[in-house]
Amino acid sequence: MLAARTAIRVLGLALFVAVVVVVPSRISEFRASEFALIGIFFIAILGLNILTGYTGVISLGHGAFMAVGAYTTAILMLGRPGLEAGGLSPPDWLPVGDGMKDVYTIPIAALVAALAGALFGLPALRLSGPYLALATFGVAVATPSVIRKFDSVTGGSGGLNLFDSPNLTGAIFNAVHVPGGRTLTFNDWLYYLTWTIALALFVVAWLIHHSRLGRALRAIRDDEIAAVASGVGLAWHKTLAFSLSALYAGVAGSLLAMSAFSVQPGAFPVDRSIALLVGLAVGGLGSLVPLVAGAVFLVFLPQWAQDLSQAPGVPAVIYGAVLIGLMIVLPTGVGGLLRRVLGPLTSRLYPRSQ
Amino acid sequence: MTALLSVEHVTRRFGGVVALDDVSFEVPTGEIVGLIGPNGAGKTTAFNVITRLYRPDAGRVVLDGRNLLRTPAHRVVRRGIARTFQNVALWPSLTVIDNVRVGAAARSGGRTPLEVLEYVGLAGVAYRPAAGLPFGTLKRIELARALASGPRLLLLDEPAGGLNHEEVEELGRFVRGLREDFELTILLVEHHMNLVMGISDRVFVLNFGRRIAAGTPAEVQRDPAVIEAYLGDEHAAA
Repeated sequence: MLAARTAIRVLGLALFVAVVVVVPSRISEFRASEFALIGIFFIAILGLNILTGYTGVISLGHGAFMAVGAYTTAILMLGRPGLEAGGLSPPDWLPVGDGMKDVYTIPIAALVAALAGALFGLPALRLSGPYLALATFGVAVATPSVIRKFDSVTGGSGGLNLFDSPNLTGAIFNAVHVPGGRTLTFNDWLYYLTWTIALALFVVAWLIHHSRLGRALRAIRDDEIAAVASGVGLAWHKTLAFSLSALYAGVAGSLLAMSAFSVQPGAFPVDRSIALLVGLAVGGLGSLVPLVAGAVFLVFLPQWAQDLSQAPGVPAVIYGAVLIGLMIVLPTGVGGLLRRVLGPLTSRLYPRSQ
Repeated sequence: MTALLSVEHVTRRFGGVVALDDVSFEVPTGEIVGLIGPNGAGKTTAFNVITRLYRPDAGRVVLDGRNLLRTPAHRVVRRGIARTFQNVALWPSLTVIDNVRVGAAARSGGRTPLEVLEYVGLAGVAYRPAAGLPFGTLKRIELARALASGPRLLLLDEPAGGLNHEEVEELGRFVRGLREDFELTILLVEHHMNLVMGISDRVFVLNFGRRIAAGTPAEVQRDPAVIEAYLGDEHAAA
């Protein structure tokens, strides 16, 4: 019985991988960059899900951790020579390096964001519910200004340009040579890079969900008192959830910097943080695969609203109306819908007794 | 007789209300001890002090000769104290076995979560979400979660709540069996007099936060202060 369940999961994952591999050959290069963007948001939403979906802690500030990841990648790619060539003067004590290949900066961006998440989580988790949500909102509001303030390394309002950095793989126009003798266009390379990481982080999120840690986090969400009485330390687990969740956001931010070949404070407004929560709600809190739907929603709905009407304000109204409609029809997101539709089917496959 | 748990001169106030007023009692190793008293007597508050959810304003709680008040709430279960809640505090979105697994994470070895579920007769619903199961089943899941943590001291908060007469009799036998099968010491808060008097080795009686009587079930039942407290309670209720 357990074997049947595992087989279905492995098959599902294989199907997911197959779709990811096949997609670029079916779509235009422009679409490939959009699909890469979906992968980036998928990663960020997967991360937010660990905090908000599993643990029940609402964050309105995850765009800030994306910014941490994005700036870490941009600064490390340029390094001290690159930053100084752009007229900046990073402080001597800051280990910005001499320029690093873009892919190598991803794990560093992840760790820096995770550290930022832990540092924010440690004091902030003394707050609860809406008060904590407001504290995270404060971080989101302050982020662009904080970035501008440290302009000697962040480039201030103008941001950092990675377009002509030798460390940007493919450098937009050049073909990317990948193992196996094939070459890829920049957008296809970005697509594969993003989705490879997304799949790996998806598996990690799945493992967390089914691990002792995941059970402890979900226990905290359902009933904190019972969790404490059963040996689950709130401070440690919530800080860990914050940190893991920020790690995902950091990776997403890092990839976003590569895909935009630049970083600017304006790319991380409050809207960005809210959008991640919207994507999570559309995908379904606590779900995993359906979160892709949330990422698709974030990338395509604004465009689709623009296509319908260009009149001032109208796209935003369409976006809002669709969101309200969706929450009425699918209050538990796409994930909740799938559970309701597939539940009766899968319960035949997974016997509930024995 | 050695006391596994001793509560020494514990006082706990909520604003102007004194929920526990200089209360002391001991729970000897291997015994079933009943803690009774009318509504609002401070029984659940005592549980919450012992499990460190509440900090007492005065007094000590000692487990195995070591001060328990230095142990943070989430470490209490690792020191060997597990509890159930009066109104059942489970995690509804987790499956039954995952509820028990969280409890089991507090220790290594001993019975597996599935074995504990078999013991309480719930192996059949192990992979169902806890949400939506009947109240009696939820109480047994909670008990399984507590047992899975491998406790030495089990605190049961009104296990007979919501049960009918026959079920209460069966519960009595079950709790006695628990003590043997899991080598437990049990502290029991209960309204159901027949149950408490039937299975307890000793009984402590609280009223308005004060300990008014202590002794064997027979001694306590003859105690004028206890009769007064319960008759007064019934008059008030009528």
